[in-house]
Amino acid sequence: MDTALILHFLTTPLVFLIWTTFLKTFILLNVVLGVVSVTVFAERKVSAFIQDRTGPNRVGIPMTLLGGKKDIPLWGLGQMIADPVKLLTKENFVPAGVNKFFFWLAPKLVLLPPLLVLAVLPFGSSLFGVEMTIANINVGVLFIFAVTSLSVYGITIAGWASNSKFPFIGGIRSSSQMISYELSLGLSIIPIFMVCGTLNINEIVDWQIKNGWLVAPYWPHGFSLDQLLHPKDLIHSLIAGVSLERFLLWIPMMVSFVIFLVSIFAETNRLPFDLPEAEQELVGGYHTEYSSMNFASFFLGEYAAMFAGSGAIVSIFLGGWSLPIIPDGSHGWVWGLVNIGAWFAKVSVILLFMIWIRWTLPRFRYDQLMKLGWLGFFPIALFNIFLTAIILAVVHH
Amino acid sequence: MAIVVNRPKLTFAEKCYLPAIFAGLAITWKHLKRALFNKGIVTMQYPEEKWDANLPDWYRGAPTLVVDENGREKCVSCQLCEFICPPRAITIKPMEIPENDKWRKVEKRPEEFDIDMARCIYCGLCEEVCPEEAIFLRKDYSITGLNRAEMVHDKKTLYKLGGVMKGLTFKWNELK
Repeated sequence: MDTALILHFLTTPLVFLIWTTFLKTFILLNVVLGVVSVTVFAERKVSAFIQDRTGPNRVGIPMTLLGGKKDIPLWGLGQMIADPVKLLTKENFVPAGVNKFFFWLAPKLVLLPPLLVLAVLPFGSSLFGVEMTIANINVGVLFIFAVTSLSVYGITIAGWASNSKFPFIGGIRSSSQMISYELSLGLSIIPIFMVCGTLNINEIVDWQIKNGWLVAPYWPHGFSLDQLLHPKDLIHSLIAGVSLERFLLWIPMMVSFVIFLVSIFAETNRLPFDLPEAEQELVGGYHTEYSSMNFASFFLGEYAAMFAGSGAIVSIFLGGWSLPIIPDGSHGWVWGLVNIGAWFAKVSVILLFMIWIRWTLPRFRYDQLMKLGWLGFFPIALFNIFLTAIILAVVHH
Repeated sequence: MAIVVNRPKLTFAEKCYLPAIFAGLAITWKHLKRALFNKGIVTMQYPEEKWDANLPDWYRGAPTLVVDENGREKCVSCQLCEFICPPRAITIKPMEIPENDKWRKVEKRPEEFDIDMARCIYCGLCEEVCPEEAIFLRKDYSITGLNRAEMVHDKKTLYKLGGVMKGLTFKWNELK
């Protein structure tokens, strides 16, 4: 076969879709697992700085091993590789009396859902005409809810299969916590459907590009790069951005945003809601009995969940990959790369915020956690739906 | 009788957590910002920076042997330290001092004097019990070795660490 024929075969719609999807999946998976490693390092470094310590600052390029005189510390960046290597080379100890099948299954169940969530998140506009979403499906947001709820099985099974008291309590806590926060998580999203009129995350992002991010009430209408050269058009678009509807809708959107953010914290077992691991009360929580790669899977799963959760927050509330003025990928591949960069930058900001929160707030007591979920967020999220409906009805008619 | 502790009445702002959360975030942000510019970090970079200058005089580091200002080994091999040592870290092999030696009237000195630093508990009883003021706990605390044999301080090492001790008893001084 000559090259023209191969090229023709590769560009037939179905084949093109298949191999680009595989490529996107492969690249995104590797990038995200790399980002997880960086997040762990950032977590250690930020926590150290907040507590007036230096954090890891030794492991860099080991020149002494290669015959050099002095190591290059490189601000401890080598820790990103050293930590996984340590976990991988440890003995994978399986205690007697555990349910072996489920004991091995649980870490995989924790790792899988966050990676599945990444499939529906639009992490960029388009590159060379290829859409930067692995699966652009109409029920994107529902898919996220369906899949993230599955990660509770991994944790509960880990707790149960360990055949030990503390992991079991951790698993139980996790399941009840997930149920209480899953509800407000789902309800807090309904106002967004009402405003945007779609469940497709790509369309929600498109809506935000046209009308402004959901957390930003004011947005110049039709703002673009060309307009910067024409002051008259610029002023016109700035005035067109003022809209009573958007300012009124900003209130329920902010409420939704706060509830969604807090629920994501609870979903990903981050402090102040890390009751399932609560190392002071439950030794290590659900992963007490795990070691080596099995433990690393939990670790990886937790941070991948953080990443996926941040991705969802960014895509739904913070305009996804879009930045004001910056055009999308159809104007050239450079802009496509800029869009991808913008998405990762926004996600990093949310990740840093999660770390920042972790080292600021103490853990909630268990009854406080339940009370906050059922008596706080659940009614507020319900009320928020009605508020949005009233605003929409009053302003439109 | 049980003491009733009245719960404080919380205002709405306190009940909804948010102001306190923002105050806390502001505090941690302040620390983070300060540490980013390398200020306010309290960590001591150990092997490069040490606390040695601030060690008190009574610090109990590694036990060592000393010589007096005339260069005589102060230890007379009475073996009291060997007997009192709780973890039995000290092993002494005494020897007679030859007739032609300058210090022959001292009668004995150690031929071998080993302190196993893997066993030493730094209690200082050897220093207290020594009638000759020959053994002292100095300020060395970083005793390392790659195997057990390296952790044993022999006589040579002990004298090297101990050095000269001046201004104490002189009962074996020739001039007396």
